[in-house]
Amino acid sequence: MGFPPEIILEAVLNGLLTGAVYGLVALGLTLVYGVLHIINFAHGALLTAAMYAAYVARTALGIDPYVAALPLAGLFFVLGYGVQRLVIGPASQGKDENILLVTLGLSIIVENLMLAIFRSDTRSIDVPYAMEVVEFGPALLSWPRLVGFGATLAVGVALFLLMTRTATGKAIRAVAKERTGAALVGIDVAHIYAVTFGIGTACLAIAAALLLPSFYVSPRVGNAFVLVAFTIVVLGGMGSVVGALVGGLVIGVVESLSGLYLGDSLGQIGIFLIFILVLLVRPTGLFGARA
Amino acid sequence: MTARDLLPILAFAAVVALAPLLVSSNVVLNFLVFTMIIALAAQGWNLLGGYGGQYSFGHAAFFGTGAYLTAILQVRYGMNAYPAFAAGIGLAALVGLAIGFLAFRSGLRGSYFALVTLAFAEVFRVLANASEVTGGAAGILIRLRADPANFQFAERGTFLWVALALVTLALVATLMLERSRLGAQLVAVRENEAAAQALGVDVLSVKLRTIALSAGMTGAAGGLYAQYFLYLDANIAYGTWISVEALLAPIVGGAGTVFGPVLGAVILHGLAEATKSIAGSIPGIDLVVFGIVLILVVRYPPRDLPGLLRRRRRP
Amino acid sequence: MTGTGPDPAFLAVRGVTKRFGGLVAVNDATLDVAEGSITGLIGPNGAGKTTLFAVVAGFEKPTAGLVLLEGEDITGRRPHELARMGLARTFQIVQPFAGLTVRENIAVGAFLREAKRPAALAVAEEVAMRVGLADQLDKPAAALTVAGRKRLEVARALATRPKLLLLDEVLAGLNPSEVRDIVPVVRAIRDSGVTVLMIEHVMQAVMNLCDRVHVLAQGRIIASGTPAEVVAAPEVVEAYLGHGAAARLKGGAHA
Repeated sequence: MGFPPEIILEAVLNGLLTGAVYGLVALGLTLVYGVLHIINFAHGALLTAAMYAAYVARTALGIDPYVAALPLAGLFFVLGYGVQRLVIGPASQGKDENILLVTLGLSIIVENLMLAIFRSDTRSIDVPYAMEVVEFGPALLSWPRLVGFGATLAVGVALFLLMTRTATGKAIRAVAKERTGAALVGIDVAHIYAVTFGIGTACLAIAAALLLPSFYVSPRVGNAFVLVAFTIVVLGGMGSVVGALVGGLVIGVVESLSGLYLGDSLGQIGIFLIFILVLLVRPTGLFGARA
Repeated sequence: MTARDLLPILAFAAVVALAPLLVSSNVVLNFLVFTMIIALAAQGWNLLGGYGGQYSFGHAAFFGTGAYLTAILQVRYGMNAYPAFAAGIGLAALVGLAIGFLAFRSGLRGSYFALVTLAFAEVFRVLANASEVTGGAAGILIRLRADPANFQFAERGTFLWVALALVTLALVATLMLERSRLGAQLVAVRENEAAAQALGVDVLSVKLRTIALSAGMTGAAGGLYAQYFLYLDANIAYGTWISVEALLAPIVGGAGTVFGPVLGAVILHGLAEATKSIAGSIPGIDLVVFGIVLILVVRYPPRDLPGLLRRRRRP
Repeated sequence: MTGTGPDPAFLAVRGVTKRFGGLVAVNDATLDVAEGSITGLIGPNGAGKTTLFAVVAGFEKPTAGLVLLEGEDITGRRPHELARMGLARTFQIVQPFAGLTVRENIAVGAFLREAKRPAALAVAEEVAMRVGLADQLDKPAAALTVAGRKRLEVARALATRPKLLLLDEVLAGLNPSEVRDIVPVVRAIRDSGVTVLMIEHVMQAVMNLCDRVHVLAQGRIIASGTPAEVVAAPEVVEAYLGHGAAARLKGGAHA
């Protein structure tokens, strides 16, 4: 429809690359949902915070985001652990609507703290490889996005190994399946919840480090990602790790193509519409069961 | 409903109505007008969220629709402000009905209802930002013609009276709902849908009627906003800020109570002013306080606190 | 009811089957409830009684079969429509509107037939009197005892002014003296003109109250008759105590 095939191919490939990082953002969300059965509305704000952390690491300390990714993941694991253990857990009292409100409150706090500290300017970092491209047949692929794609796959594999090969992973899966049973055999459920939330937040830190070389950061940038992440999670099946990664790729391509055909400002609409449609069309089973 | 029941509402209206006679400070009057607009939007949220237990994260969809239609009909079609305002309320209610029909018919509840309303508000925001009729990213300006015939007033105090009259109407309407069949059925749906159904409550119909009322009320707040500030853009009309404000005030002041939203709006904006006067004009700092208050209110529900205004579900 | 021709059963369940995936919860169940009767539905745990109730009250659509109320096919109608037609149910696991008072809980039922609040509240008070909740009207429902909550379930259903009341184990979890208190309440409901179909495990109450009893086991109706006939039927004894139990009991009596 008006575009030569190589332009479309390039859009699809770039969509896949961006989509992989979306998948990583969604991974954290879906993991938390799968284990804690909560929808974390603060996910986007925490991503924003992670992007600012990577930004500060680069501008104040001169650390390349790719180098900063792992230490940031550690830092955000601790942060996520603390937030779940000290704020969300105690305030929720087991009620869905409380969790909804507490995570909303968290997102308001984090987002506006970033606004208070960094003001509303959009910022980006300057790294030598930001504009580098790799030739792939007729298409030109952005180097930072290729790195993002590879790193996402690596995180996916690492998470898979963690969940299947370690005692903590087994405990997480046990809690996800049967909380009461897990508690009865001596698993500290509150601890596992916090660990899971921490892992979800750590995924965000890595995603932030991968995004920063090619994306700008502003106090509200997380919002753009969070609805995308929700869409992916809903599309891929709540709680499904593979679903999050595949869903991420699909959404990346949809965004890229609708951006191509509708222009950037309307491109996002494609995602929202998918999101609404998926929510409305698959309400039972996935959604109707929990209320 | 007896005159006695109306007494607290009339007392509240009388106290606020005195303000323009006692204070001439534009800052104070501005604060009061803005708080009234928020209170009205929040009262709309309260019908659906407080009484009905359906937490919307996207009441901006209704606020923005009310605001935009009020403005567009005047600016683009030369309509008088009052019918434009009424049409804005009507369209907001219709939008509420449409979103409600899609969401409730699909059985969306809890977090999923919150998510889908949020998504609708965002769709509207993106569309309004890109469309011609809304003025796109540049926004839309209502011409200043300070004349009561145009729903514009030279004095802020007069506008406060108008806003207050609408809030008072909303309070009375809420009280009437609370005492009505719909109100009883709505609370029953919030507490236990299956039990309500067994008692002959048509759950879908109850939710739809409520979301239409709720959206209309929040749409009225949007129209009022348009008439007061005479300027709109997509981030104002359909922005997350108003979805959050509309939800926060009832939660803080007491969801599912007549006075909760007004009380919450006053508390929150009082706090916001206090924060600004202490911390200076750091952007976002007032919202940080809102977030903290929200978490504290959820963590330590003030339901048990004694308070005249907090008569939760009195028979 | 039009009184000519062969009198159709007040409530007729005809060949109702309900499957959940591979599980057949109710299998080709057929039963009648006569107008003005108290009819029992008994059976071992997991027999499908509550599922059958859910089908009759419109909460589940049957996989096959029909439900007729006064000769009219009501299969698959939604619960609130059925409530309007005069069919009310209680829940085995009580479902109070926890945040509301007893009075408000009952009023929700009364609002089905009363548009105005004062009238609905008046009905609530009158019904509360009938089920023995008159002195608890202003208590929050959450503060009631188990027995109180059971009465509240009945009261809310009664407030909808039903023709047919489905009671799902209203006596379960009550102590013997509480059971003795509620039995006359159920009888008075019938005497006021409401037909009652009750799932019950407390056999003493079943023997005492029911005109007829249907026995459901593994989804099938295995016996119907008066309470005395039904408890004597060997297939019923076996359904409860296991295959061969009836013969063993007989043998045991001789030994």
